[in-house]
Amino acid sequence: MEANRLTAHELLGALKEKRLSLKDIDEAIYARIGKIDSKVRAYPRAGNSGKEADDKAAGCAGPLCGLPVTVKDNICTTGLATECCSRILSGFYPPYDATVIAKLKSAGARIFPWKANMDEFAFGSSTENSCFGPTCNPWNTAFVPGGSSGGSAAAVAGDEAIWALGSDTGGSIRQPASFCGVVGLKPTYGRVSRFGLVAFASSLDQIGPITKDVEDSAILTGAISGYDPNDSTSVDYPVPDYAKSLGMDIKGLKIGMPKEYFVEGLDEQVKLSVKEAAGKLESLGACLKEVSLPHAQYAVPVYYIIATAEASSNLARFDGVKYGYRAPSESLMDMYKKTRSKGFGEEAKRRIILGTFALSHGYYDAYYLRALKVRTLIKKDFDTAFGDFDCIIAPTSPTPAFRIGEKASDPLKMYLSDIYTISVNLAGIPAISIPCGFTREGLPVGLQVMAKPFNEEMIFRVAHAFERNTEWHKARPQL
Amino acid sequence: MSIDKETVQHVAHLARMELESGELEKLSSQLQEILVFIDKLSLLDVKEAEPASHILPLSNVLREDSPKECLTPEEALRNAPAKDGNFFTVPKIIE
Repeated sequence: MEANRLTAHELLGALKEKRLSLKDIDEAIYARIGKIDSKVRAYPRAGNSGKEADDKAAGCAGPLCGLPVTVKDNICTTGLATECCSRILSGFYPPYDATVIAKLKSAGARIFPWKANMDEFAFGSSTENSCFGPTCNPWNTAFVPGGSSGGSAAAVAGDEAIWALGSDTGGSIRQPASFCGVVGLKPTYGRVSRFGLVAFASSLDQIGPITKDVEDSAILTGAISGYDPNDSTSVDYPVPDYAKSLGMDIKGLKIGMPKEYFVEGLDEQVKLSVKEAAGKLESLGACLKEVSLPHAQYAVPVYYIIATAEASSNLARFDGVKYGYRAPSESLMDMYKKTRSKGFGEEAKRRIILGTFALSHGYYDAYYLRALKVRTLIKKDFDTAFGDFDCIIAPTSPTPAFRIGEKASDPLKMYLSDIYTISVNLAGIPAISIPCGFTREGLPVGLQVMAKPFNEEMIFRVAHAFERNTEWHKARPQL
Repeated sequence: MSIDKETVQHVAHLARMELESGELEKLSSQLQEILVFIDKLSLLDVKEAEPASHILPLSNVLREDSPKECLTPEEALRNAPAKDGNFFTVPKIIE
């Protein structure tokens, strides 16, 4: 099999035994990109220079042995453009590496020179909001790959990457992983440093891995986790050896299925796949029961107040002074307004205005403060549920991938595609999406597994047990 | 709660953006629809709930106030659209 099709752990083995070289791996990846990326468009800058620098890479060193990692365009990388797929950040070359990038480099990994496509500033669920144009789903290029980390997920699913980093504020790792049939983990809030991640909603954002299987997810999560004094919300909590969670049985584990998630709006085929997955976990010895998350229906409205409020504040820094695009103008106020009006895309403007409104005089208490209080109620639902259950399973998304353009003109409809992922960010807990089936049309379906804060081990244990006993993760799109 | 075009225009100014008339029209009706959806939060009783600005039990994270390496002026200015020596430059503010 071509090297680009293998998982990272398979490649690490092959490199150590000298059955493959880094050159073999690089050549296979570049050949694959050359062959399919004109259709998938996971890498908007594919073909640009930058490849040469990477070819000078050293040999196999450190635990990650020189393996290339594809990185979303909102994670700072020195020497590589980091533009959040936004016109307002065009030409930005970060003067420092994000902590996750520094950690990967010190573990021996190489950063793939072309950054992955995304919705502008991670605002979206389809990767249609990129200033470079949309990425397509490798399973059917008429469909979206999900978003906002759609470039990362499509690259991994299409074997244009070994593995990738994404970021998840309301489902932006898990939903594209689900749409593309790969594995995506949002770690516990505070588990992974956000230093060098261009901020969207600081109380919700987390960086996490998108991989071909659960073992790779455990390896990459271990490599990027840990306390960082540069991120005051990162938590000084030991990073366990996640590999130890792999291969364990799940006999006697108590798994909850939220009844509020299996209601109107859930696609019948998705429901069927998730119920079958639940049956599989039961056959492996887990004890499945219904659980209630009574405030689940409020997660989307709470999210679209908190996330946009934080975004409107975080994006105030894009003013045409320090970096990126500046519109020609006569006065300072004119410069701010013209730069921001021309530099931001439609969805970014919508969110900045909604967030500014929610924080503005006269509306703060009714919207922002109320949303923060409901966030507490949502978190308490999970605290209560995890008193009785080891983990919770659910669909990752209510539908499989939708067609490009289908929801582009209806923001509310687009927001609702994150209905099962958002509450995880609000509660700060970890969750993974793993492949659990296909629709009749051949589109992947994802199963979400959630656990208590800092219990990624439970997630890996359950996800790996499921993966060992199913074949879904081995399927590859024909391109 | 409803949001009219004047409010959207005002909020756009607060956010330092200007909207063309077609944009304003479209955005106002989309925001109105989103706010109607969000309004379901007003049905909930939140009297007992403390606001959660974030979910970690952290407060006042402090560090020693000691000098550390930081960006050089060259590095800090490298991405600037306009600069003069060690300064960012902007259009003239005072006549």
